[in-house]
Amino acid sequence: MPKLSNLSYKNQRILIIFLFSLVPVVLLLTFSYLPVFKMFQYSFTSWNGLSKNMEYIGFDNYKTIFTKPEYFAVFKVSLYYFFATFVQMGLALYFATILSFNVRLKNWFKGILFFPTLLNGVAIGFIFLFFFKPEGTLNTILDLLGLTSLQQKWLLNPQLINVSLAFASVWRYMGMNFIIFLGAISSIGSDIYEASEIDGANRWHQFRHIIIPSIKRILQLNLILAVSGAIGVFEIPYVMTGGSNGSGTFVIQTVDVAFKYSKLGLASAMAVVLLGIVILVTILQRILIKEEK
Amino acid sequence: MHTLKYNLAAFFKYLSLVLGALMALIPIVVVFFASLKTNAEYASTGPLTLPENWLNFANYSKAFVDGNMLLGFMNTIIIVLISIAGATLTGSMMAYILARFKFRGSKALMGAFLLATLIPGVTTQVATFQIINALDLFNTRWAPILMYLGTDIIAVYIFMQFLDSISESLDESAMLDGASYWTIYWRIILPLLSPAIVTVIIVKGVNIYNDFYTPFLYMPKSSLQVVSTALFKFKGPYGSQWEVICAAIMIAIIPTLIAFVALQKYIYNGFAQGSVK
Repeated sequence: MPKLSNLSYKNQRILIIFLFSLVPVVLLLTFSYLPVFKMFQYSFTSWNGLSKNMEYIGFDNYKTIFTKPEYFAVFKVSLYYFFATFVQMGLALYFATILSFNVRLKNWFKGILFFPTLLNGVAIGFIFLFFFKPEGTLNTILDLLGLTSLQQKWLLNPQLINVSLAFASVWRYMGMNFIIFLGAISSIGSDIYEASEIDGANRWHQFRHIIIPSIKRILQLNLILAVSGAIGVFEIPYVMTGGSNGSGTFVIQTVDVAFKYSKLGLASAMAVVLLGIVILVTILQRILIKEEK
Repeated sequence: MHTLKYNLAAFFKYLSLVLGALMALIPIVVVFFASLKTNAEYASTGPLTLPENWLNFANYSKAFVDGNMLLGFMNTIIIVLISIAGATLTGSMMAYILARFKFRGSKALMGAFLLATLIPGVTTQVATFQIINALDLFNTRWAPILMYLGTDIIAVYIFMQFLDSISESLDESAMLDGASYWTIYWRIILPLLSPAIVTVIIVKGVNIYNDFYTPFLYMPKSSLQVVSTALFKFKGPYGSQWEVICAAIMIAIIPTLIAFVALQKYIYNGFAQGSVK
């Protein structure tokens, strides 16, 4: 084998750039770009995933999605998760702010609040099935607090099911937002706080005029990611309810249409719609963040 | 007056922290209680009641054996190890050439990886599934491994950030000694990147350990179950034995808990770094 060091640095450079990027690029093309391309292609067919020939049907799949209420209804479910994200970020920001100042047992609180984010999604699904069962944790706690009248069949009542599932989702992801905010807040120099204290600023002033402006970018990013996150919800409702009782999300439906009912063409069109929304949101985010600068 | 107001504020601060902590812990703790109860005890007591015998591990052994959790852990470990080793290697290689060499197309390459992360993985599953099928990888461990292996931009960013802090004069002095670029990468850069590698390992490891979607879709064969899919199988058949399901949940959670306690410092850094960028 010829030794690499015998080559001139110029040739080595070319070789190493080629070799080091080969595997990543091949993987990138195979598992990121090819699927997108294929997905567009499938979305114009009535392919079932098995037959040899794909029949081209134009925009029929898209028509189905936008005209049949059962396909469009899932977006209403997304609204629950979308609003839940605001609750989640509000809580995360609150806890991040108070824990970035002096607090007893700071590290314990940080650890406890962050830990749920690291847990297995399936485990979280089960934990909340147990939590929301008719004789489960939540109803027992309500009983203990003397709030028996508030007890509910949380997952059987179509009006409450999505609120309950969105709550589980807040529980799961709050810690993630929390830790990101905490990191951002801790990068603010302590001299700024000190200066503001000399000027007579209280905690609220500091939050309003120092913390919020310095983490604005991350705040915006998170807010807009909330949209695509809300549409991409899958694990918690799938594990907990399988999408029954009006809790089906867009992704659950896509998976069902594709793999349960073998309508790959239609499922691909649904995925294209989902991708379209995410791209739209991303562009929006770019524009908004640029304007801020 | 001032102190009263101050004390009140401190009281609410701690009250909210305690409530938040309880909210985070109670759902898990009650599952832990239930996992230690016998079937009769479970049926007759509420979720908040402490178990009679704190050392009743019968549910754990039942869940471990019936759920074939050992197999789940084995498969998970294999997949995690190979994916992480590969992702670290390819990620650091990409970062090395992008950070150290200015070449035509380097911006485009970076852009291509960046753009790919904007495509949410769930949207393209239907088409990815066909590719995996065409490669004859369906129902093999290679399906998830290849998908996790794909270099993600977050890892590349983390590595590049670290590379910026490694002085280029190190490279140059090695070149004076006649070291090849490979030697520089392998002997100098990679060892110096180890803090970044720990970060990438943690972030990727947590994601892979917790992923349900990919193994569920691409490896339905029961001999290939991972921790997530093994746990999912408890749904249905164990509907009347929640104490066993609870033990299974704890079995899946305990490794995370241990890792968290042991690596807390790195984990905070890892997530803050990985997400903010």
